[in-house]
Amino acid sequence: MADGEILIDVRGVAKHFGEGETRVDALRDVDLQVHAGEVIALLGPSGSGKTTLLNVIGCILAPSAGRVTLDGETVFDGQWLRRDLRRLRLDKIGFIFQTHNLLPFLTAEENVAVVLDLAGWSVEKGRARAGDLLGYLEVDHRAAAKPALLSGGEAQRVAIARALANRPRIILADEPTAALDSKRAGLVMDLLRKLAAEQEACIVTVTHDEKIFDRFDRLIHLRDGRLADA
Amino acid sequence: MNLALKDIRHGLFRFVLTCFGLGLLMTVVLSMIGIYNGLVADALAVVKAPAADVWVVESGTKGPFAEASNIPLTTRDAVSRMPGVAEAGAINFQNIEASHAGASLRLYVIGYEPGHPGGPQSIVEGRGIGTSHFELVADRKTGLLTGETIRLGRNRFTVVGLVEGAMNAGGDPAVYITLSDAMALQTELDPAAQRVQAARGAVSVKSASVAAVIARVAPGADVELLTATVRQWKHLAALTQAEQEEILVSSVVDLARRQIGLFLAILLSVSAVVIALIIYTMTMEKLKQIATLKLIGAPDRTIIGLIVQQALILGASGWGIGLVLILTVKDYFPRRVVLEPFNVMMLAGIIFAVCIAASGLGVRAAMKVDPATALGS
Repeated sequence: MADGEILIDVRGVAKHFGEGETRVDALRDVDLQVHAGEVIALLGPSGSGKTTLLNVIGCILAPSAGRVTLDGETVFDGQWLRRDLRRLRLDKIGFIFQTHNLLPFLTAEENVAVVLDLAGWSVEKGRARAGDLLGYLEVDHRAAAKPALLSGGEAQRVAIARALANRPRIILADEPTAALDSKRAGLVMDLLRKLAAEQEACIVTVTHDEKIFDRFDRLIHLRDGRLADA
Repeated sequence: MNLALKDIRHGLFRFVLTCFGLGLLMTVVLSMIGIYNGLVADALAVVKAPAADVWVVESGTKGPFAEASNIPLTTRDAVSRMPGVAEAGAINFQNIEASHAGASLRLYVIGYEPGHPGGPQSIVEGRGIGTSHFELVADRKTGLLTGETIRLGRNRFTVVGLVEGAMNAGGDPAVYITLSDAMALQTELDPAAQRVQAARGAVSVKSASVAAVIARVAPGADVELLTATVRQWKHLAALTQAEQEEILVSSVVDLARRQIGLFLAILLSVSAVVIALIIYTMTMEKLKQIATLKLIGAPDRTIIGLIVQQALILGASGWGIGLVLILTVKDYFPRRVVLEPFNVMMLAGIIFAVCIAASGLGVRAAMKVDPATALGS
């Protein structure tokens, strides 16, 4: 798996908050490469920098130093090299949240299609793609339901469908199985692995869920903002 | 995909309730505008009714509406003989409190000479005054019906016709009677001492005086020249119709007009703050969703569109509901509520501006939202 194309290349990335006595170094000289088809987990205690690293890769947080290359395009090298970071996220990155964060005023199908609408797809094509994804994730029978009426597992599968809708090659997941029982957590991880393989995407997951550790290609440990081992 | 409409549909009941609340507020704003206009229109109604060109009043006064005016009845003949005058009529005004159907009825009594200017312009029901005494034409708002009788002073008058929109600046509905009846009524209402004097044979000065003489000029005649000529008579003053209207608006109803105007300004300010708060709160409640939208790649225009469209829909709905409500209830107000299309469109413009400004606050908050908020970090 590690032989595939490098989709995430993080070099010497550091991130600190505050200055002087209040300075907190959240990331220190982090190097990380993730290949196509790879599913990795970021592990570590609270405050170790997992979410900060996820936010840096997701172009939500600017590093204090270092270089970030996503899908062959260097997006940060001392400064952002692209102004339209949201477009970058729309095209290259899919997010799966701990709480599914579906838009409550849209149906399951619309929650998936909204990404495609933002990406400029036609309504018909967007709906067809959303329908296909929901079918693939076996939740198409709930396509017309609002998020409030979905079970935790159904909502998480809709959220996964949304993350995959625009065929991103980088999928970032923050505790995607935290709200699920161990059986469903295993199913979700199997599904993500399958999708990563099929779409030649990579998946970076922040998790504390030991039940699913065996579903990852690599476990990356962070401690005090540094990569402890890989 | 229109996110604004989808969000509204999701919380439709709450949104409709908010629109209805805003609509009620707009009803109050529109009614105040209408009352403000009605006050001016009412004040001008009695001046405009005789369709006069020139008002001849007592020298040194701005009568007969702004202050008391008494001129000899013979002035009418003198004015009617002046060059350029087509017709002239003497006219008298007084407020009286009459009793009708067991209730007190405040009336504005206009005495005029049938066949001369000063009477009602159009009778909407019944006929005009046809005899010299004890007939009256009443404004419909008096509640009087044709054929009914009402005691004014010592005499009972029969209602022979009805008019609409005739009232004084205070909103008291008008009744028209003959000038001779009006002058007699005025004498009867004098203090007891003056009636005793009349019984002894003393001639009442008031019996031969009227409040004003109104004149209509012949086509092509110069109104300014006529008023200038009248002013040369030391005991008389002359006002053009425009001057008379200006006196009423700037003098008689000025305080009430400014009072309502200031209240209206405060009401509009309160409405603006309420609208701004509603829109801002609506936006603040959606910050997590806005963060999610930012995270999944929604551009600023999508988020701005979501906020601004909802604000405009809210404002337009509130304005529409307010307009429908005020048009439904305006005729139930005791005084006239006059809404001009200009006023309604002006309010729409103000609401539009407030909504855009209020959206600006919401948009500002939305633009500051960190997309990482959606991740729970």
